[in-house]
Amino acid sequence: MTAQEVRLCGLLLQEHFGEVVERIGTHLLRGGAQNLRTIANETNTPLDLVKKSLCVLVQHGACEFGSGRRGPGSPVEYRANCERVLRVLRYPRYIYTAKTLYGDTGELIVEEVLQRGHMTMSNTVKTVADRLTHNMEEGRSMEYSEVVSAFSKLVETHFLQRCPPVAEMGTAASSTTPSNPDCYKLPHVTLIGRGKRRRSSDDSEEQRGGKKAKMEVESCGDEGIYWQVNFERFHQHFRDQAVISAVASKLDQTSSEIVRTMLRMSEVTTTQTAAYTQPLSANEIFRSLPPNYSISRPILDQYLSLLVDDPVGADLDSPPHIPTLNLQRALANLARATLESVVQERFGSRSARIFRLLLRKRHLEQKQVEDFAMIPAKEAKDMLYTLLSENLVQLQEIPKTPDHAPSRTFYLYTVNQLPTARLLLQHCYKTVANLIERRLFETKENKRLLEKSQRIEAILASLQASGAEPEQLTEVEEMITAPERQQLEALRHHINKLDSTENQVDETVFLLESYIFSTKTK
Amino acid sequence: MAGLGRGRGRGKGYMSFSIEAVGIGKGENLPPSILQPTPLFPPMEHKPVPLVMGEEAEYMLALKQEFRGNMKTLPFYVRQAVSKKDTSLSVDTPVDPKPSKKTRVDKEEIIHKLETLEKKEEEVTSDEEEGEKKKQEEEQQDGEEEYDEEEFEEETDYIMSYFDNGEEFGGDSDDNMDEAIY
Repeated sequence: MTAQEVRLCGLLLQEHFGEVVERIGTHLLRGGAQNLRTIANETNTPLDLVKKSLCVLVQHGACEFGSGRRGPGSPVEYRANCERVLRVLRYPRYIYTAKTLYGDTGELIVEEVLQRGHMTMSNTVKTVADRLTHNMEEGRSMEYSEVVSAFSKLVETHFLQRCPPVAEMGTAASSTTPSNPDCYKLPHVTLIGRGKRRRSSDDSEEQRGGKKAKMEVESCGDEGIYWQVNFERFHQHFRDQAVISAVASKLDQTSSEIVRTMLRMSEVTTTQTAAYTQPLSANEIFRSLPPNYSISRPILDQYLSLLVDDPVGADLDSPPHIPTLNLQRALANLARATLESVVQERFGSRSARIFRLLLRKRHLEQKQVEDFAMIPAKEAKDMLYTLLSENLVQLQEIPKTPDHAPSRTFYLYTVNQLPTARLLLQHCYKTVANLIERRLFETKENKRLLEKSQRIEAILASLQASGAEPEQLTEVEEMITAPERQQLEALRHHINKLDSTENQVDETVFLLESYIFSTKTK
Repeated sequence: MAGLGRGRGRGKGYMSFSIEAVGIGKGENLPPSILQPTPLFPPMEHKPVPLVMGEEAEYMLALKQEFRGNMKTLPFYVRQAVSKKDTSLSVDTPVDPKPSKKTRVDKEEIIHKLETLEKKEEEVTSDEEEGEKKKQEEEQQDGEEEYDEEEFEEETDYIMSYFDNGEEFGGDSDDNMDEAIY
């Protein structure tokens, strides 16, 4: 893991789990696998705090433990997982996706499981039902069965999975990929009941509910079966969305619908790292198209051939009449589009033209670049050198003679997509880390003001609850002066902007990460 | 290797490859070399793309802030309850209340010492001040006495120098008769 990744992981751990966990986590990330005593000594932290932090990290899947290097007798070693910590940045996106797919219930289930790392099904169902009941109107409450059905839908579509069973001490640590076959099997638990409101007015209901809860705690048979969010499945979903929207913007809505159907049909059968979807016959596609897109068979064939012929978005390989989607090429195209747009926004449209030219034509000499890009020599030179100094473009030497004489060597400009994507990914990590630091700085600067406003809000709330007169309320409100109010407003605006930016940079991070990952597994 | 060749292209900007090949013509003006680190916030030539602001973005923003707030209340947020005063303690022993008492006691002693020192200083300075004041008073008194002596010698209303007959005037300069005496 690079320095930028470790810095970002540290900031994310600090924001979500506190400084102690951040110290331990960063130490593990930098130092590799270590045992308990080493960690405690090197970070100067008391042993019980180290144990607590390790528990938190293991609970959230950011750390694994296994037997030591010196064989089964040596102390247990802990290893932190950088990638998993970086996922924390994407939590809002996961929750929002669950909301779009499975409604509020799904959203709350995913949020609860993300907050707690691992949870049993019964616990999740109860907590979610209570939360939903709390937001509902008077007299209504949420049935457990509804929550259970949402939960089972999430499990069936592989968005939630069982945590792998804990390896015993002395044996080798189990691999992280869930090779357990019961990964997506729901436990046989019957949960009957309704969500409870946390209010004193529902006394009678709570008494009955309380009794039922006690019975349910005894009867729930799923102790030890913990569930976690299956990030890979969410990533697959995001990738599909990206491909569909790219096709929609390049071609038209109907072709994007065709692509969406193809992807949906091969959702559960395709593994995450597959380069191609399963081959589907055109007939199947025709039958699976959503009913409002009633296009006839010949038109479907035309669309399919259009998708094949499109050279840039050509992610369709079609041996006769068996269309498959080349996902790897789709990801490469998306990454390339990202790189091009980055160059365009930072260096202008003419530099972007040069960049795209080099991507298409691979290797070009100085003179050729000027000719093809139709840019005067001086400016082209300037732009090329700017790109070269930013490491987006490389020089390749091709000697004509074996002694590499400079006067008899070709110097060609070239762009390598994969290393450039890695470079941009590190820039993105650095950007997010800077954004978080700036947000923390702004909060710290205005701490006094924020605390004051919080206190006043608390006073207002308590006054309103106890039924005060309007004059008292206005008096309390006036304790914040107008310039302070303005300052608070500006502060909130800045913090919201910084937060929102982090979310959006994360979208670029996702694209680049998926592309780089897809090139690794070959 | 041929690349080092001092016999080849002498000139001010010698590099291991020929400069024409990468496009810098002969005798052309190169941009001046940079003598300091690049500025911390360099001016941007192109304005960045504005943020996407929509319902989805705002909802995700709210989700994010809520999530962060919730995490602070969960037991997963580990807080360091005891502030470490003595970091030289080995990790295994729990932080004793005794050392903190000791340091507090030490602090009290130190404060007491400081106070006594301050008092002493004040005394010294006040002594000095008094001494100065006395001296000033004495001086004033002397001046007054002198003044009084002069006045009250013969009980006249005029100062004694009024009755000088000018004998002392010009008595010094008998040596040099060139100067005119006015």
